[in-house]
Amino acid sequence: MESILELRALSKHYSTNRVVDDIAVAVRKGEFFSLVGPSGCGKTTTLRLIAGFEQPTSGEVLLDGEPMGDLPPHRRDVATVFQNYALFPHLTVEQNVAFGLERRPHANKRQIRAEVADALALVQLTGKEVRFPNQISGGERQRVALARSLVLRPKVLLLDEPLSALDAKLRKEMRYELKKLQRAVGVAFLFITHDQEEALSLSDRVAVMNKGKLEQTGTPQELYRQPQSRFVAEFLGEVNWLNGACVRPEAVRVSRGLPAPAAHDAAHSTIGIVENATFLGNCVHIEARLPDGSHCTAEVPQHDCDFAVGETVNIWWHAADEFRLSAGV
Amino acid sequence: MRRFLALYAGAAYLFLYLPLVVLGVFSFNSSKIATWRGFTFDWYRSVFHNAALFEGTMNSLIIALVATAVSTVIGTLAGYALWKKRAPWLTNALYMSLLAPEIIIGVSLLALFQWAFRFGHLRLGLHTVILAHISFSLVYVVIVILARLRTFDPALEEAASDLGANRWQVFRHVTIPLLMPAILAAGLLCFTVSFDDYVITSLVAGVDSETLPMMIYAMARKGISPEVNALSAMITVGLGVLVLLASRLERSR
Amino acid sequence: MRLRSIFLAPTALVMVLLFFVPLLIALAYSLLTRGPYGGVFPPWTIENYQRALDPLYLAILWRSVWLAAVSTALCLFMGFPLALYIARSARHKTLLLNLVMLPFWTSSLIRTYAWMFLLRDTGLVNTLLEGLHIVRAPLPLLFNDGAVVLGLVYGFLPFMVLPLYATLEKLDPALLDAAFDLGATPWVALRRVVVPLSKPGIAAGCVLVFIPCLGAYLTPDLMGGGKTVMLGNLVQSQFTTARDWPFGAAISLLLMLLVLLVARALAKQGEKLL
Repeated sequence: MESILELRALSKHYSTNRVVDDIAVAVRKGEFFSLVGPSGCGKTTTLRLIAGFEQPTSGEVLLDGEPMGDLPPHRRDVATVFQNYALFPHLTVEQNVAFGLERRPHANKRQIRAEVADALALVQLTGKEVRFPNQISGGERQRVALARSLVLRPKVLLLDEPLSALDAKLRKEMRYELKKLQRAVGVAFLFITHDQEEALSLSDRVAVMNKGKLEQTGTPQELYRQPQSRFVAEFLGEVNWLNGACVRPEAVRVSRGLPAPAAHDAAHSTIGIVENATFLGNCVHIEARLPDGSHCTAEVPQHDCDFAVGETVNIWWHAADEFRLSAGV
Repeated sequence: MRRFLALYAGAAYLFLYLPLVVLGVFSFNSSKIATWRGFTFDWYRSVFHNAALFEGTMNSLIIALVATAVSTVIGTLAGYALWKKRAPWLTNALYMSLLAPEIIIGVSLLALFQWAFRFGHLRLGLHTVILAHISFSLVYVVIVILARLRTFDPALEEAASDLGANRWQVFRHVTIPLLMPAILAAGLLCFTVSFDDYVITSLVAGVDSETLPMMIYAMARKGISPEVNALSAMITVGLGVLVLLASRLERSR
Repeated sequence: MRLRSIFLAPTALVMVLLFFVPLLIALAYSLLTRGPYGGVFPPWTIENYQRALDPLYLAILWRSVWLAAVSTALCLFMGFPLALYIARSARHKTLLLNLVMLPFWTSSLIRTYAWMFLLRDTGLVNTLLEGLHIVRAPLPLLFNDGAVVLGLVYGFLPFMVLPLYATLEKLDPALLDAAFDLGATPWVALRRVVVPLSKPGIAAGCVLVFIPCLGAYLTPDLMGGGKTVMLGNLVQSQFTTARDWPFGAAISLLLMLLVLLVARALAKQGEKLL
């Protein structure tokens, strides 16, 4: 499958600071691709390199096979949704969405109006055409930003943490809206976020970035179940490092009553003393101390027994739920 | 402490406004001396019938309008360019022109014009005053524009660029419309500074391009003139209105 | 890049042609000799600068510095409480601030004339005093150094209030509360908390007042009646009545140098305008 967007050995240095360090990404046509990492890992800079707001120190950005070189942003067939949407305050919703179309040399007013109407319908904002950005809600502003970019039918849509300006509840709603939109439009989305939950829930594929470098690329399942580095393992969720292996808390089983239940196939088991049991609603978070002094975290469904602090419990997990990191962790 | 401050502030405002208020009041005084004799509009009438004053006002207006137009345009462009990328030599030059005493700007421009006139049969006149006014009012425009640009979200220009606008289109369709209140405020400020100028103007104006401040100065030197009171009151109110307008514009988005 | 050069070019041109070049010409003039009826002629000489060191002119320099310093100090003491009041106001801050600035933006010539109207022998103040039989002869309130200082303070007070306000407004009220909580009286709190923390504003205000006062021309001319000669008046007289352009140019450049040195020294502490 051909990539619609490819980053080859892309680097951006500021004197000794390697903000983006030799990254390679290939986004496929129609894919929802996330670039995820902690603040300061270089993901926003990467986005700016793709959009053309910055020039790489070395490496290439290729759009649909064409190297971008030093092409300025207004000549690149990518569109960006900015973190705070950057809607033009002096233009109405309609005028905002029409802005990119009007810059094109053979702009036809009637055609523009039709396309704008279509774009607004797509994001369910029909009826708000003559409002100004300061007269609509945050969620609506985001949709205007999406319409404004998508109406240009870019090859790739870049989204810079588009959900971070919304409150938690709206954020969750907008996630599904965004995914639906992407499916409907079929344009490749490159989605930048620091929230691993967002990245895992929305994407076809994810790339994890850390300190300018790309740690691992793959499907959400691959990254979660087979992390290739400690960083990826810990970034995407909680991990237990026990006996030289890693186990996710939700795979750790806890039970009362010694001796341990009959051995499951190749399971590892041990005993532990409960130090903390936090009720989280749908599950219970248990921290236990093992005989060798190390600690273990388990997430158990809440309808299992209530464990008391100080209680001695059985702790075990299936071998299949273990993963070892690749060599050289 | 609070009450003391309030009392003090009251006194301070009184101090600031008393002379102007007194002037305004006595512009209606029917007597020429400082004792109140009766209410009259005579001095105002006399001002409007004074042909020389009218010509002076016209000169001041023409100079102020032309200088404002030029300064505002080139100052805005320069402010924008400086915001994008600093140019310390130009910023320092502008800063210097703000600090330089008016008398120095005046005499050095006079020296320039006298020297330049050797190369043509030119004299001092409205044109030299206009050039001088552009020179010292530019810095005001740049300051106002830069101050507004400091709170301007750069993402707006980037978004426009991202959507396909080249640099000139970005400037024209996004930056200028959003900068307009500041541009107008800068223009009004420019106008006020130019209209009011005496020192520089008096040095570079020719014999037949007297401005209003020059005439007021001459009258003030001679002694109390009720016509000056009336004229002053009108100018003060007029300029005051312009300034309030400018500050309103600067604050609006 | 090209767009930026085009944008900067006109302003750069104006600054070079109408600011720097005139100063260069003035420099050239200052190194030439005066003609019998004005104008400048060779030979080249530094005589004008040597003349500037004459005690007569040094006295004028001293008087300019002294009057400017006194005016600045008065502006500071008068302006500080006013700035404090505005900064501590709950509402109407912008309005109060605008009211301070407004007189400045209306004609300085007119404002000076207004004071003359008030203070001259036949002016309002004396007429009132004589009318109330408080004095028998008019007081000489105008045409002296005191009147010049009054005029300067009046003219530049807003320039002191503005930066002071800017600094005082940013002052965290919690600091004052802490001071009171620790037992300080309002005056002590003022002296030991507010004033030290407003040093940037004070420095900026002093720069913005002292420098124009140093080069003032109109105020000493009108309020001083030609008797109070400051550097600005000296320059003007050389270019008009005395027709000694080279000397006038020399004094101008020395004044400019003085202004720049003072600005550099004080601006390090104060806030930049541009």
